[in-house]
Amino acid sequence: MITERIDFKKNSAEALGNPKLKKALVNFTDRSRASRQKAVSGVFEWEELRSEARGIKEEVIKNLDSYLLELEKSVTRVGGRVHWAKDAEEASAIVVNIARENNVRNVVKSKSMATEEIELNKHLISNGINTVETDLGEYIVQLCDDHPFHIITPAIHKTKEDISKLFSEKFGVPEYEEPQELTNIARKELREKFLSADMGISGVNFAVAETGTIAIVENEGNARLATTFPDIHVAIMGIEKIVPRFEQLSIFLSLLARSATGQKSSTYVSLITGPKREGESDGPRQFHLVFLDNGRSEIAKSEETRESLYCIRCGACINVCPVYRQVGGHSYGWVYSGPIGAIITPQLNDPQKTADLPFASSLCGACRDVCPVKIDFPHVLLSLRQKVVEETKGRANLPGFIEKTAFRIWSFVFSKPFYYNLAGKTMAFLQCLYQKDNELQGLPYPFSKWTREKNFPAFSRKPFREIWKEKYHGRNGVLR
Amino acid sequence: MLRVFSGMGLEIEFPQNQTCCGQPAFNSGHRKEAEKVARHFLDVFGDADEAIVCPSGSCVSMVRNYYTQLFRDDPEALSRVEKVSSNIYEFSEFVFQRKETISLNSTYRGRVTFHDSCHALRELGISSQPRELIKSLNGVELVEMKMADACCGFGGTFSIKYPEVSKSMLQEKTDSIMNSGAEAVVSTDMGCLMNIKGLVSRKKLPVKVFHLAELLAFEGLK
Repeated sequence: MITERIDFKKNSAEALGNPKLKKALVNFTDRSRASRQKAVSGVFEWEELRSEARGIKEEVIKNLDSYLLELEKSVTRVGGRVHWAKDAEEASAIVVNIARENNVRNVVKSKSMATEEIELNKHLISNGINTVETDLGEYIVQLCDDHPFHIITPAIHKTKEDISKLFSEKFGVPEYEEPQELTNIARKELREKFLSADMGISGVNFAVAETGTIAIVENEGNARLATTFPDIHVAIMGIEKIVPRFEQLSIFLSLLARSATGQKSSTYVSLITGPKREGESDGPRQFHLVFLDNGRSEIAKSEETRESLYCIRCGACINVCPVYRQVGGHSYGWVYSGPIGAIITPQLNDPQKTADLPFASSLCGACRDVCPVKIDFPHVLLSLRQKVVEETKGRANLPGFIEKTAFRIWSFVFSKPFYYNLAGKTMAFLQCLYQKDNELQGLPYPFSKWTREKNFPAFSRKPFREIWKEKYHGRNGVLR
Repeated sequence: MLRVFSGMGLEIEFPQNQTCCGQPAFNSGHRKEAEKVARHFLDVFGDADEAIVCPSGSCVSMVRNYYTQLFRDDPEALSRVEKVSSNIYEFSEFVFQRKETISLNSTYRGRVTFHDSCHALRELGISSQPRELIKSLNGVELVEMKMADACCGFGGTFSIKYPEVSKSMLQEKTDSIMNSGAEAVVSTDMGCLMNIKGLVSRKKLPVKVFHLAELLAFEGLK
């Protein structure tokens, strides 16, 4: 839960002023756009897959209650335990309790945005439980006491020089230059952690209601280790992660790997159905699945924005977003960034504190085109904008008041042709104060925000209406 | 536009009462205000049987794609929306459909690059039409810039709310225009053009900024 208002303007100013970051962002987004494009163009029935996936998600979110009950039944049947958490606090408390009851000292975690959302690490560590992220990117972020910069690639804002210095400080090793050497150091450190862990925590990419299977998609093998090596496995899932039938998994796995990283398939896909069974030689003794609501059931009720819950967290929208490309992940102020952050953060948090985010988009729609479940981002953003405008009342928010008044005047003028023409002529008269070579500069507030960096076109001295009347045929004339 | 249409032998009418489609308010979340202006649009254009042609894709998209949302509780308005939506065209889309009838005598000579406006491209599916029209001109060469389909950063009130972010996007766009080696950039949306031209003039960049109609009917130095 966020506590302070997210100030997108301030946050993005910090990012815009950092040329090193800009370079990293351009490189990263160029690369991921290209690799996604290549992977997708190899699938003849891509559009059909997207439609099918969306159809499944629509069905799931519409009947979320019954699917959750079915999933609980299936997980229980195979020997797992399901815990229902209505919010972040409850979810963290559930995990801390499981750890306490089993005298857990050391936890290894695989990458999970749901656990970022509930700030699980903080809770575990404050309860004296050592908790280590084992995804390389997340591990780096944790070592820096930082937050993920992207939902798939959390440390893209760090250069290899940054990481080399970090590892040298933390582990007393030389400042290696080669990424492979750096990875080896992390690997060695993490192996120790895996060996001593009593509990593994993971997220969930998909949970199959009919079989109670959870699917975890990754490239480093750390999630496989974290979910099989320790004695206890706790998986945390946002309640929207359900897929009704096992056979439908293939659709989502095809879409996810290609959309996220441009791979045909990720290196590891783990399908986990309950804890170790009799006669099996490995796997955890206990399997817990935490259902995290944290605002999701409210979103499911809204016809206008429900599709926000169809998201499979691939990050494709982020990689094509021209705004993210400029401002990076931290500008969005919370766990989720880019277009998905702009629509989901305001719905999972106080709308007043997150009111900047629905406006942090030029509505270009590039996100909608790449989304594997066809989320209509502009539609959701517009609906959230309307909510901000209608629910920010009074003078509390001054720009809001000025803007509302401005649009009220605008709507009056623009629905009365007489005043519209008069306004045009008035502007054409007043503009001489700012005019320079048929363009305007140094306009007063709020247009100063435009003219600080750019010129504004001057109003024509003679409105088009008059040219039309003089040159062509009379009022409402027809040109033949 | 008038020159292009005259060359196509079309009769043109200009309803004097027209103002705006309401998009600026709609996209900023002010639905009531948007509805008021959109209603005026329907009053002016709602009964027209002729094709309605607009020089900006985003206005056309507003009418075609978003009026149904805006008027969803008003069946009477919705029936007018349906009629208007089937009659309204973005300029390049309209001209391209009737390309056999065009006689273009643009005197422009040189290399141009095309910027896709987001709403024309992604909400109206317009991409090849303006390019084909440009290529059909004698003495004009079309060169593609890097990421022609990337947003120029305008986004309506976005450019006022977050001018620094918008500027950073625009900077990338003008860099990519300059790197294409073209002498002019052409687009089909007044918003993008105003934005791009704004920085091009401020920085005195050696590139011309044209609406497609201006290029097609260019009558400059012969």
